Amino acid sequence: MKDIINVISDPPILFTLLVIILFTSFKYSEIFWSGKAMIVVGVSSVLFFIVSLFDENFLLIVTKPDNVPIVGLIFLIFFFTWLAMWQAVNNDKRIAAGKPVMEAEIEPNRVIVWPDLVYIELIALTLTLVLLIGWSVLLEAPLEQPANPANSPNPSKAPWYFLGLQELLVYFDPWIAGVLLPGLCVVGLMAIPFIDKNPKGNGYYSFAERKMAISIFIFGWLLLWILLIVIGTFLRGPNWNFFGPYEYWDVHKLEPLVNINLSEIVYIKWFGVGLPNNWFLREIFGIGILLAYFMITPLILTKKYFSDLFLKLGIGRYAIFIALLLLMVSVPIKMYLRWLFNLKYILAIPEIFFNI
Amino acid sequence: MADENLEKGSTTEAPEAAPKKKKKSVWKQLAESQVAKSYFRTGIPKTRRSRLLVVLNSLWLHLHPARTRRHAVRLRYTWCMGGLSFFLFMVLTVTGILLMFYYRPTVEYAYMDIVDLREQVPLGIMRELHRWAAHLMVITVWLHMFRVFMTGSYKPPREFNWGVGVILLVLTLLLSFTGYLLPWDQLAIWAVTVGTNMARATPFLGHEGPGASLLQIGGISLVHAGNDVRFALLGGRFVGEATLLRFYVLHCVALPFVVIILMALHFFRIRKDGNISGPV
Repeated sequence: MKDIINVISDPPILFTLLVIILFTSFKYSEIFWSGKAMIVVGVSSVLFFIVSLFDENFLLIVTKPDNVPIVGLIFLIFFFTWLAMWQAVNNDKRIAAGKPVMEAEIEPNRVIVWPDLVYIELIALTLTLVLLIGWSVLLEAPLEQPANPANSPNPSKAPWYFLGLQELLVYFDPWIAGVLLPGLCVVGLMAIPFIDKNPKGNGYYSFAERKMAISIFIFGWLLLWILLIVIGTFLRGPNWNFFGPYEYWDVHKLEPLVNINLSEIVYIKWFGVGLPNNWFLREIFGIGILLAYFMITPLILTKKYFSDLFLKLGIGRYAIFIALLLLMVSVPIKMYLRWLFNLKYILAIPEIFFNI
Repeated sequence: MADENLEKGSTTEAPEAAPKKKKKSVWKQLAESQVAKSYFRTGIPKTRRSRLLVVLNSLWLHLHPARTRRHAVRLRYTWCMGGLSFFLFMVLTVTGILLMFYYRPTVEYAYMDIVDLREQVPLGIMRELHRWAAHLMVITVWLHMFRVFMTGSYKPPREFNWGVGVILLVLTLLLSFTGYLLPWDQLAIWAVTVGTNMARATPFLGHEGPGASLLQIGGISLVHAGNDVRFALLGGRFVGEATLLRFYVLHCVALPFVVIILMALHFFRIRKDGNISGPV
C-alpha cells in the first residue's frame, strides 16, 4: 500500500491524476461537490493522514515546524473549494428551476451591522487568537544552527509559499520560473476583471454561469500553485530529487541526468549529424515550434472554440486573454515534455542565457 | 437621545410616580457622566438609532457600513477571510513591535538575540505568535482572494479594488519573505539565498538573465554581479550584513508602510463600491 502511494505521488502521475479528477468533477459537479462527497472525501483523507502519521518518514516531514501550516493549508483549501463549489452548484439548481439564488432569497432585508456583523467578527477573531496561542504554545518556532555561508544544507528550500516557483525551476530556467511566471501571475490576476466580461455571477456563487472562468482559475490556483507547493514541500528531498511521502530522504539517491535539448534530439538523434555552430541554425526548430505555438494555436483555438468569445471581447482583450492562457498552459506542457521525453530546453541559447 | 425620549415618555404616562424620584444607581450615574458620554459616545447601543450611531461614530467600526445585506453577514458567504487577514496583520504589528525591543539586525547579534528570546524571556511565545500568524495570514489572504473570485466580486464596479487586493497579496508574501531572514539561522539565510538567486536571472537586469550580456559598451558589460538587481536587493554579492539590514528595514518599516496605505485604500474602496458584493 505504501509503495503504491509512493509511486502515485510521483509528480507526473500525481499531476495527471489530479487534472483528471478536477475536470471530471467539473463535468459531474452535482455529484462531486455534494455534501455527501465532502463527508466521504473529508473523513477518508483525515483517516489517511492519521494512519500515515505512524510512518516515521511521513511523521518527520509533516511535523517539521514550517511544514505544519501547509498541512493545515491542504485541508483548509480542500474544505473551502468544496464550500464554494457546493454553494455554486446549489445556486445553479435554483437558477435552472427559475428561482432566485440563495443570496437573493434573503434580500432585501438589511441588518444593522451592530450587533449582527460585529459579533460574528468578534467571535471569529477570538477563535483565531485562541488557535494562534494554542499553536504557539504547542509548537516552537524553528531555529536552526547560526547562519553559515560556507555550509549549504541539502536540500536548500525557499520559504514554503515560494516552493511552487522553486519546483518550476526543475522544468524552466530561473528567468522563467523566478521572474517571468510570477510576474505573469500578478499581471494575469489583475487582468481578470478586464478579460472576464461576463456580467453574470456577480455577487453570488455560481458555476454554470461562469464555467470557463472558474475552471481556468481553479486549475491555475489548485494545480499550478498549491499542488506545486505541496510537491516542493513534501515530495522533494536532497538534491531536489523526488521522494514519496513514506520514503526515507536518502542523500545518496541517484537520478540519471538524461535531459537533452530539442536541438540535440533533432540533429544528433534524428539526422545523425553534429550540432551546427551557428546558434540560429541550431535552434531553428525550437524557434519554429515556439512561433507556431504562440502564433498558429491562437488562430486554431479562435476558429474552433472561442469564436463567440472573440466577438464578445474584441481584439485587444481577446489577444491578452489568449496570450495569458497559452502562457499558463505552456507550464504543464513543458512539465509533460520533461516527464515524457526528458526534454531540457525547446530553445537553448546559452550564449545570452536565453533558454526556454 | 432615544433613551431620553423613552424616559420622558414614561414620566408623562405616570405623573403620580414623579415626586418619588428614585435614586439612580451608581452604574447609571457613571454611564451618564460627562466622561462616559465623551469617551463612549453612544453608550450601550440598545435602540435602532443608537446601533446605527455606534457604527457611524466609531473610527474602527466605521470600516463597516451601518447597515448591510443580510446574506453578507453569513459566514458561508464571506468566510470572514478578509477580516481575519486584517486582524492577523494587527496581531503581527503588535507582536512585531514587541520583538523589535529585543532584536538587533546585525550579523553579530541577530542570532543570539533570537536565542535569548527563546531561553531568557519567561513564557515567551511572541516569536511563535509572530511566525505562525504570518503563515496563517498568507493562507487567509489566498483564501480571501479565492472567495472574491468565486463570488465574482471582482466584476464591475470592483475591478480597481481587485487590483489593489492582488498587490496587497504580493506585499503579504514579500513581508513574510523579508521576515524569514531575520533569525539569521541556516534556515533563514539559505531560504533567502535560494529565493533571491532568481533575481540574478531577471531579463536585462540580472547578470545571468537573458539579454544582459548584450548590454555592453566596448566589451565592458553594463550589468554584472556587482550592480545587477540582485546586488541591489542584497546590498552585496551574497546574503550578508547589508542584506540583513536591508531586509530588516523593508520588513519593519518600508513594506508595512505601503501595506497600511493600500489597506486603507482597499477598505475605502469596499465602502465606495457598494460594500460586500451581492446579487443585483
